[in-house]
Parts: sequence; C-alpha cells; structure tokens
Amino acid sequence: MTQLVWLIPVLPLVGFLLTGLFRNYLSKTLTSVIGCGTILVAFVLSVLIFGEVRQEGAQPVTVTLFDFISVGKLSIPFAFLVDQLSVLFLLIITGVGFLIHLYSTSYMHEEDGPQFARYFAYLNLFVFSMLLLVLGSNFVILFIGWEGVGLCSYLLIGYWFKNLDFGNAAKKAFIMNRIGDLGFLIAIFLMINKFGSVDFSEVFSKAPGTTVGYLTAITMLLFVGATGKSAQIPLYTWLPDAMAGPTPVSALIHAATMVTAGIYMIARSHVLYDLTPATQTVVAVIGLATALLAASIALKQNDIKKVLAYSTVSQLGYMFLGLGVGAYTGAVFHVMTHAFFKALLFLGAGSVIHAMGGEQDMRKMGGLGKKLKITNITFLLGCIAIAGIPPFSGFFSKDEILSAAYGKSPVYYAVGVFTALLTAFYMFRLYASTFLGTFRGTHDQEHHLHESPPAMTIPLIVLAILAVFAGFLGIPEVVAPNAHILGHYLAPVLGEGASGPEVAHGTEWGLMGVSVVLAFIGSIWAWVRFSRKPELGEPTGFGKVLANKWYVDEFYNAIIVRPLDMLAQFLVFFDKNVIDGIVNGVGRLVQYGSRQLRLIQSGQVGGYVLLMVVGIIVLFLVELFIKK
Amino acid sequence: MPINYYIFLAVTLFCIGVAGVLTRRNAIIIFMCVELMLNAVNLLLVAFSKMQFHALGATRPQAGIDAQIFVFFIMVVAAAEVSVGLAVIVMMYRNTHSIDVNFLNRLKH
Repeated sequence: MTQLVWLIPVLPLVGFLLTGLFRNYLSKTLTSVIGCGTILVAFVLSVLIFGEVRQEGAQPVTVTLFDFISVGKLSIPFAFLVDQLSVLFLLIITGVGFLIHLYSTSYMHEEDGPQFARYFAYLNLFVFSMLLLVLGSNFVILFIGWEGVGLCSYLLIGYWFKNLDFGNAAKKAFIMNRIGDLGFLIAIFLMINKFGSVDFSEVFSKAPGTTVGYLTAITMLLFVGATGKSAQIPLYTWLPDAMAGPTPVSALIHAATMVTAGIYMIARSHVLYDLTPATQTVVAVIGLATALLAASIALKQNDIKKVLAYSTVSQLGYMFLGLGVGAYTGAVFHVMTHAFFKALLFLGAGSVIHAMGGEQDMRKMGGLGKKLKITNITFLLGCIAIAGIPPFSGFFSKDEILSAAYGKSPVYYAVGVFTALLTAFYMFRLYASTFLGTFRGTHDQEHHLHESPPAMTIPLIVLAILAVFAGFLGIPEVVAPNAHILGHYLAPVLGEGASGPEVAHGTEWGLMGVSVVLAFIGSIWAWVRFSRKPELGEPTGFGKVLANKWYVDEFYNAIIVRPLDMLAQFLVFFDKNVIDGIVNGVGRLVQYGSRQLRLIQSGQVGGYVLLMVVGIIVLFLVELFIKK
Repeated sequence: MPINYYIFLAVTLFCIGVAGVLTRRNAIIIFMCVELMLNAVNLLLVAFSKMQFHALGATRPQAGIDAQIFVFFIMVVAAAEVSVGLAVIVMMYRNTHSIDVNFLNRLKH
C-alpha cells in the first residue's frame, strides 16, 4: 500500500490537468466532480496508508520514483518519504482540502464555467504542490512543493485579477515569499556543500559532526524561508493582504495548509535545530513577537477576514514558539487543531459573506445568529476552540506549547498567555459584532440574509466536530498518563522529548488554570461589551495605531519600497541617458563619419586617381622606412 | 653609360606621366600620359636587361632576354589598349561633344 503513495499527489495533478485544459468544455458539475473526487480518493488513500503507518514499530519508507538530478557525486532522487509526520500532514491536507473543495463548489457557483474550472484547476494544483512538499524525502523535492504552493497562492489571491488591488496583493505575497525562498535556497546550497546530499536522513545523520556555526547558518536560513511562507516577522505583511482571494482559498491556503509549511519544515529538520540553541532562541522570540503583534492588530480590525488573517499570523507565531522551545509535538499538534478550527472560522466567515452579498465589514453586520443558525453555532464552536477554553481542541494544543514555553523561560509564558487573552478577546469581539445584537446593514441585505446551501454547511459541521474533539488526541500527561495519542504516534519521527522542557505537575496545573481563567475573562468581557454596543466609530489614540497595523506597511514602504523605487528611477535615468546615450552616440558617430566620407566620393576621376597615387606613395614610404 | 641615368630618365618620364594624368582634363592628353608611364617602364626594363646581359652574358647568352620579351608584350597590349581607348574617346565625343573627363561624373548621380 505504501508503495502506492505516489498516487496521492498524482491524483490532484490529473485533476488540475483535466479541469485546466478542458475548462471551456466541462460543465460546472463535471468540474466539481473531478475537483473534489480526486482529492477525496487521495484522502481515502492517505487513510489507508495511515492505517499501516500507525502500527507499532512502523519504519519510515522511502519510495523512489526516478533519478531527478545526478551530477558528479551529488545525486538527488525524486523520492517520497512515508513516515508518521508526513502521513499526518497528508491527512490534514487531503481531509481539510476535500471539505474546502466541497464548500467551494457552492461558494464559487456564481462564476461562469471556464472561470469556475480555472479556480478548481488552481486549487488542485495547490493540493498537488502541498502534497509534494510534505512527501518529499529530501530538501529539493520539499523546495519544489514549497515553490509550487507559493505559485498557487499567487494565482488564487489574484483570482479576481481584474481588480487592481487584488492583483497587487497577489504580487506582494509572491515577492515576500521569494525573499524567504532565497534563504531556503542558500540553506540547500550550504547543505550540498557540507554534506554532499540533501536527503533528510543523510543530512540529519551527518549534522552532529559539523561545527555549530555552520549549522546555525543553515538553520537560520531555513528559518528565513519559514518566515516568508509561514508569515512571521518580518515577512508577515503579505498574509493579511492575501485575503483578497476567494474565502475558501483563504481557508485552505492561508490558514490551514500552506502557511504551516514552515512549521512542517522545521519540525522535519528538528535534528538540526536541536543542535543549534541560538537559532532556537531566535525562532521562539520571533514566534512570540509575531503572536503578540498580530493579536494586537487583530483587536482593531473591522474586516471579518482581516481579523481571521491576523489571528492566523498570531497562531502561527505560537507554533514557532513551540518549535523554538523544542515542543515539536505541540507545534504539530497546534498545526492540526488550528487547521480544523481556522478552516472552520474562515468557511464560517465565507458563509456570512455569502449571506451578506459580499459585505465583509463587521460594522454592517450584527444579529446574524438568528438567520444563519448552522453557521452561528459552528462559528461559535470555532471561536471557543481558538480561544483555548477546555475541553475544546485549541486549549490542549495551545496549553502544550505554553507549558513547554514556561519550562524554557517564564517570560515566554507570560507573553504567550497574555496573547491568549487577546486572542479570546478579539475572537469574541468578532463573534459578538457579527452574530449578536441587531442588524446594522441595509434593508436589502437584511431581506437577502439566508443560511448557506448544504454543500457549505456540511463542511462547517464536519470541521466543527473536529475542532471540538481533536484536542483529545493530545491530552497532557498531568491529566491522564500516556493519553497523548498524537505524541506517541509522532515519537518515531520527532524523537522522545519532543514535547519540550518538562514542568512539575503542580506548576502545570497552575499554568493551565491561569490560561483558562484568562481565556474566560477575555471571551466574556468581549461578549458582554460588543454584543450590546459594537464598535462603530473610528478608533482614536492607541486604537488608531492598532487599526493601522502599527504602521508596519508604511514603515516598510518608507525603508524598503521607496528607496528601491528611487534606485529604480535612478537606474531608469541612467539607462535612458547614459546607456542609451552611448548606443545612440555610436550610431550618430557612424552617421556623421559616413556623411564626411561621402564627400570623397565626388565622381571626379581625377580625384580618385590622385587618392590612388597618394595611397601608392604612402605604401612605398611605409615599405621603405618602417618595415625593416 | 651608368645605369643611374636610365633610371633617372625613366623616373622623370613616369612622374611627368603621373602629373599629366592628375592635372589634365583632356582625355587625349591623359591617354598620352598613360602611354608615357608605360614607356618609362619599358625603358627601365630594357636598361636592366642590357645591364644584366653585360654582367652575365659571358657565361649565359640568354641573360636578360625575358625583360625584352616583356617589353614587347607591353607594347602589344598598349597598342590594343590605345585602339580601345581611342574608340572610347570617340564614342564619348559623339555623345557629349566634349572630351573633358570632369564632365563624365554622371554615374555619381
């Protein structure tokens, strides 16, 4: 069965080719069937492979398809690695991916045929790239998938490319990702230089014999790649703008799967990170700073998708905090639970936007709970999950990271738990101003309000169930010994001790208590405050700074974009005047010279003869005096 | 007589020919100047031939004879050239009523 793993990425690729090439001929129904069907079959195959991998003592299997690059001593096969970690990601990608495909069939139904097929083609290509990313058995295959998902992200953010802002958002995402990719690429070159291989097992086995400085360079550069793809400081600004894409795309790519690629990559190369404490500290600090910064921005956003986008950035920050303190299991666990509840929240937001006829501003919503019952309940469950209230999934995964952070340094914990408070607050602010209170939109919109069709509500319900119960896969040691199923499952890949620093049981109970109390305070405070009197006016004072995202975009514009613009303008000037001047000058010189030479061509035979005689005399003189 | 005199005479004749070709506009005169240059060369060839015969004739009676044959060649070719050239000049006169070479720069236009 494991040998058939290549079918899993190939199926979405086939789907991409079919829907992409025949987009003008396929009916929407057929496109939906191909688009969803290929992912569903891939999911079923993943489940079957999961059944084999989860057994005790299952060894990682490398499935080599063909020789990809073979130069001198370097050999890079096109091979897939099937182990516990990659199969877990396979399940998340194909499972959540299928639900979102299903949701899209209804959400995108207003698009006309070819555009609808183009959407599904991109979505399938994305799933293909993402599967390549997690299945690759070496860094190069991982990088191919890494670039593929970046490309699909660009294509899907700019799906409505006729809108200039959306196109710019797509370009921003692509360019920001490219900056990170450069770091990744250099890291791969460093590995080839030092280890002569990019294969995971070979690199990890040779790593302990290398100097810490060299490894630190590699891990830092890999982390630069991760900051681009997973939207961390300083490259996070593309993710909120990426909300220009259709909402299911935001759910799949910019919340559930692609942005977790960086976490997957670091968890995969945890051997390298364990050897470089300096990088680990950087990862933890950057993750924590991102979590806090993004959560603070989310407090004052009014666009429903923007809040969720900043929330995603913030949650990704948590995952990096987990990776930085060595809680690899916790980080992967949070990837999984986050995939469920964030996909749920985004799809719920999509359902709201659908009902509101495209409106995304929360100030014009309110009281939607009465009309959109399923969306309301599932969204509430998602909010509780992300806020970290037990026994919902977010509580378990977030708490695992936070207690590991406390084991490393109480400061990490303090900032983390404060961010958790903010998270609970802004999520319930979002919930209260959307679903509670009274409707604030136009009369037409109120009339139009309706619950979404089953193709949209079924994924919501499935994801809500997962968001509620997925936490039980990782029950902490203090609550029930040996109940951390996920940790046990991942142990062969991430190693023992992948749960991070140990904390005394009494302390851990205390930490849990603090975070639960804070989550409750945040949730109830926001609920009470915003259900009655939602924020409608323009923010003032510090709120204005938050609403304007700490002016980070403006800051980047001032220190990077504008100087680059000026440099570009200078280069244009240089090109137009100096380079073109030289080229045109040569042309003008030849023209001028030939105009002068034309005068000699007088047609007077006497003149020609004179020149001839002079020439002969010169030749004679040269022969006589110079050439000895 | 020393060979130098022949050389000086030939060079003088040649220079007169060149100067005539360069300065005169009458086609007939230019033609004559060309003949002058040819004959300067002929004179030189004959002079060198004779000189070589004096130097080597005792052992090789044929010495220098090829230069004299060359002179005959040149004279024959020159005669042919004169006939063609004069024919050209006659045609030119018939067409333009002039034998001024500077008048013949129409190919330029």
